[in-house]
Amino acid sequence: MSPVAAGKAVPVPTPETQPFWDGCAAGELRIQRCLDCGQPYFYPRPVCPDCGSPRVEWFTASGRATLYSYVISHRPAPGFEEEAPYAIAVVQLAEGPRMMANLTGVPQTPEALELDMPLRVTFERRGDMSLPVFAPAEEGR
Amino acid sequence: MSGVIIAGAAETDQVGKLPGHSTLQLHLEAALNALADAGLTTKDIDGIATVSSPGPVQVAHALGIVPRWMDGTGVGGTSFLLHVRHAAAAIMAGHASTVLITHGESGRSRVGAARFAPAPSSIPGQFEAPYGVSGATSAFTIPALRYMKDYGLTREQLAYVAVAQRRWAAKNPRALYRDPITVDDVLASRIVAYPFHLLECCLVTDGGGALIVTSADRAGDFPQPAVHVLGTGESSETPLISQMKDFTESQAFRLAGQAAFAEAGITIGDVGHLMIYDAFAHVPIYGLEALGFVAKGEAGAFISDGHTEPGGSLPLNTNGGGLSYTHTGMYGMFAIQESVRQVRGEAAAQVAGPEISVVLGNGGMFATSGVLVLGRSAR
Repeated sequence: MSPVAAGKAVPVPTPETQPFWDGCAAGELRIQRCLDCGQPYFYPRPVCPDCGSPRVEWFTASGRATLYSYVISHRPAPGFEEEAPYAIAVVQLAEGPRMMANLTGVPQTPEALELDMPLRVTFERRGDMSLPVFAPAEEGR
Repeated sequence: MSGVIIAGAAETDQVGKLPGHSTLQLHLEAALNALADAGLTTKDIDGIATVSSPGPVQVAHALGIVPRWMDGTGVGGTSFLLHVRHAAAAIMAGHASTVLITHGESGRSRVGAARFAPAPSSIPGQFEAPYGVSGATSAFTIPALRYMKDYGLTREQLAYVAVAQRRWAAKNPRALYRDPITVDDVLASRIVAYPFHLLECCLVTDGGGALIVTSADRAGDFPQPAVHVLGTGESSETPLISQMKDFTESQAFRLAGQAAFAEAGITIGDVGHLMIYDAFAHVPIYGLEALGFVAKGEAGAFISDGHTEPGGSLPLNTNGGGLSYTHTGMYGMFAIQESVRQVRGEAAAQVAGPEISVVLGNGGMFATSGVLVLGRSAR
């Protein structure tokens, strides 16, 4: 059993995901795209999920996103007890790929969280790691 | 058609809260009940399929079965539908003659049950768990708001899925929840993960079930009427709910359904009874649309207009489903069991003699799917 029971889950990088986490530590949202078909994608992996090409590269995404969908969880995961209820969201990056995230700087209520609202990435400390989360953005930013 | 039949099918003596049973015990009790149902003994079995844990090696060994074919496909709650499909292929290839498929899960009491939490270096551990996902309730539910916004599904229509299924459960003495409920009751139950209320989430129970699959040439050799496996399908989409292609539809449901319907040579008009794995109230909505019973965006109204409840044109989840009957964690086995009962004509809430029943299974969170087309006669 894991000795850590109380804290929030902390991601542990693997070699193919390390550049993503290095980007987060530097305050950048780095994702991948295909050098053959041009398709950006997430989560990190060494092959393009659209065309199957292994010729892929890392780039820094704009950090702009919109709110694609979410729930507001009333049953906290370990470490989230004081924040419940809290939103678990899926955001759509301006570049196209989607990722799960928490939302910050906004009440965790259905009234405040409108689907398709513009968001921008920010980073939250989690143990020794930086985790991308998203905050409301002004239109056009 | 697949060339095989389900010759035996049974659940554990009880389902619900069974702190006196381990996960393994539930497998074994279900297996023995299914063997008795088929008039067979463990010595007649030469193939075995189940998920880990405990897995096919443990179940076979515990029963004294020496398999010449085994399948440990474990892709969530739909796995047992895939086992039927894989068993059909194995039997037609001559790799096995009589296959036992078991499910047992101490989902509620957690006696001898495996722990599940993603490793922090796994893909879910890196890219979903850190955001406070706390089981399926807080993740499988995420696509629903997108569907509601894009297709106008109302909170009342979502709630009505639970109401309709409770009407079936009221007819099933084995169902955990049988008291009638209203839309207001559902909306007044506590919010678990907005927009989902407690009554829109499946139960968590203990129980098991097992099946005996063999060649259709042997139909008539068993005490129970044969249930023919007319068509099967399977597919997978994504291990991460966040990476589902379109949050308003399940690609895996659609592809598995198309394969099964094509193999069986049927269309939706042939289907007299339907089971759709209902871990949460939105899943039958996605399932009805993926299988083509209604157009995109119409399933909520179809259910709230009464078409799937007792007296409706398309009986759906007639045991009460995961929402009211039972849900051990991997519910697919119970969906198959209810279809078998309906085709045999022995269900608690028996519908008028369905010639064909379809089972749509979900695995993980829209991760995988299996579909079975079952029939009273070979086509």
